[in-house]
Amino acid sequence: MGSYDKDLNLEATELRLGLPGTDQPEPTTNIIIHSNNKRSIHQTKEEDQEGASKVAASKAQIVGWPPIRSFRKNSVQPKKDRAGTEADVSGIYVKVSMDGAPYLRKIDLNSYKGYDQLLVAIQSMFRITIGRYSEREGYSGSEHAPTYEDKDGDWMLVGDVPWEMFTTTCKRLRIMKGSEARGLGCGV
Amino acid sequence: MAVPSSFPEEVLEHIFSHLTSPSHLNAASLVCKSWYAADRYSRRSAFVGNCYSLSPRALVSRFPNLRSVEIKGKPHFADFNLVPEGWGGHFFPWVRSMSTAYPWLQEIRLKRMVVTDDALELLGRSFVHFRVLVLAFCEGFSTDGLAAIAANCRNLRELDLRESEVEDLSGHWIGHFPDSFTSLVSLDISCLSTEVNFPALERLVSRCPDLKSLRLNRAVPLERLVSLLRRAPQLVDFGAGAYSAELHPDVYSNLAGAFSGCRELRSLSGFSDVIPAYIPAVYSICFGLTTLNLCYVTVQSPELTNLINQCPNLQRLWVLDYIEDSGLEAVASTCKDLQELRVFPSDPYNAEPNVFLTEQGLVSVSLGCTKLQSVLYFCRRFSNAALVTIARNRPNLTRFRLCIIEPRSRDYLTLEPLDTGFGAIVENCKDLRRLSLSGLLTDKVFEYIGTYGKKLEMLSVAFAGESDAGLHHILSGCDSLRKLEIRDCPFGDKALLANAAKLETMRSLWMSSCLVSLGACKFLGRKMPRLNVEVIDENAHPSLRPDDCLVEKLYIYRSLAGPRFDMPGFVWTVDEDDSGMRSSSIHVSS
Repeated sequence: MGSYDKDLNLEATELRLGLPGTDQPEPTTNIIIHSNNKRSIHQTKEEDQEGASKVAASKAQIVGWPPIRSFRKNSVQPKKDRAGTEADVSGIYVKVSMDGAPYLRKIDLNSYKGYDQLLVAIQSMFRITIGRYSEREGYSGSEHAPTYEDKDGDWMLVGDVPWEMFTTTCKRLRIMKGSEARGLGCGV
Repeated sequence: MAVPSSFPEEVLEHIFSHLTSPSHLNAASLVCKSWYAADRYSRRSAFVGNCYSLSPRALVSRFPNLRSVEIKGKPHFADFNLVPEGWGGHFFPWVRSMSTAYPWLQEIRLKRMVVTDDALELLGRSFVHFRVLVLAFCEGFSTDGLAAIAANCRNLRELDLRESEVEDLSGHWIGHFPDSFTSLVSLDISCLSTEVNFPALERLVSRCPDLKSLRLNRAVPLERLVSLLRRAPQLVDFGAGAYSAELHPDVYSNLAGAFSGCRELRSLSGFSDVIPAYIPAVYSICFGLTTLNLCYVTVQSPELTNLINQCPNLQRLWVLDYIEDSGLEAVASTCKDLQELRVFPSDPYNAEPNVFLTEQGLVSVSLGCTKLQSVLYFCRRFSNAALVTIARNRPNLTRFRLCIIEPRSRDYLTLEPLDTGFGAIVENCKDLRRLSLSGLLTDKVFEYIGTYGKKLEMLSVAFAGESDAGLHHILSGCDSLRKLEIRDCPFGDKALLANAAKLETMRSLWMSSCLVSLGACKFLGRKMPRLNVEVIDENAHPSLRPDDCLVEKLYIYRSLAGPRFDMPGFVWTVDEDDSGMRSSSIHVSS
């Protein structure tokens, strides 16, 4: 291990200023989600130049940043504007599981502004691709489909209901794989 | 010089019982065998900073007469969702060993551990003299476990569940304290999400004359606070539940009257969703307040400022950034005894600032509050100049955590990295023990930290640095370093392996999304048998990966217990036999 000392005085030419070399899924995948008010968020590489909106979107996707305890996130509801109108829906902390993965994650639905941000975050967290969503066919184009259990105990496809309704009724999320996922898309 | 050959053990033990600091006792135990024995039998409290650093059996065998144990489990970054569920930190093995070894055990304090109802039931049954249970940031238990504690711990004085995740099955657990139970001094149920049985709570408060600290949860409505405050005017620390209700003059005047009866109140917290008009109900006791936790108070700066102006004796203030720079100026001029300030973000996920809180707020406080030692501050932009000013104003800072919300933010005035500013902090604040960095930082800041941070015990680094030199500066320079946690930094094998010996002098090292290779982890694990090198890989078996593959998450800690037996499937350690990686139950050759 002594030999490592010498190298440290040299410029580490293989390392560079910036992001670590691991694959960092950037939020540039194409996702088109139609929510109830027909808002369509389409992120492409060209739109990277729009700094502010992308920064706003990417902030929700860095796991564990800013470093605030979830307990605090759940409890504080930021006011919509300074006139002191009603606060947002309270933070909702749900477990996310993926078929075949032996671990769970937890996310705060209130930290996402819509389905697009949520799905990008899930894809980043689990290192998967989720296909394109359409109301008729569900998620096509990949093996995975995000589903959730609602307050009535029914399993629904993520994206079927308006975002606000989703955040208030979602109890937990499950990323389904394979034919079970495709079946859900058609049946719901 | 002749040394007395027989010094009665009882005298030695008696003397040692007056030494309270563990480090003093540890030092004394190394002097000679009889001192070691005297310390061993007289030690009454133990602090286990990492539950995996030794086995429960080793603890009970070394110190057979403990009355108080404190144990910490998961790494700090578990608070921010970086540690997957099921990682570990199980309390049950500890309570199982202690239940037979320590019949006289009185106090257990846990932080970030997984505590089951079974463990709580065993605890309740095993320790007749049990007095204090603190479960901070814990999880895994339900209100059934709490019922077992309430029913069995006849001498309980303190039940503190701060910020734990509790499965809230029923509010009736509080009724399990028997009618003959009167010893309660402190109760913190602020983390519970549903209502506790209110009549039972009222009766409990009424019959416990020594109750000094009561922190309620949000489900206790405003009107009921009056009844509780009237039954416990001796309270020193009170956490109100939800404080929202339509403004009703009778409720307001009852509340104001109830608070004014609590002449001993020194600490207030809670007040979730408070309506500004109700805030003045506490004014009568503000003069005596030393601690004020307004983290859940979402009112605006003017109301916050009015409240602060009533509190000239404040020593600790936790508040949301709604306080803004103007409110912090009021703090600076009013709260001359302030020692600790924490400012949390109200809307952390929005790139646009929603409040007028800037570096100026912290600069004001650093100038006006000469006793300020501990800072936690979230804001959106900072400059080197402000950091230098703060450092020069407050060389007595011991804890400094600055979180600039956008990663890698530059000095907004000069567009430079923030190396100089943080460098000034470590250079001026010679007693700095804890530091959290943010903003754009090169290797230079780590050179400053290694040079000046000689008393630094805990360092948190995120999205910073340029090369292994940064990590090398920290590990080779910070003589007092105990805990180092790093995420998303370009630090890798060279610095880690060159400083391997340093890791045995620390409690733990966490590195995630850095540039450490699997091969380096295996090498370190083989060469340093007293370190546990754990790789967290949620996607695949590390043996299927090449040695130059980068590990996603790494947790290294010194341990007398060897590799742990309870690793979940995604945690891997070096297999001593064949240098592969294994988890707890599966052995796979590389």
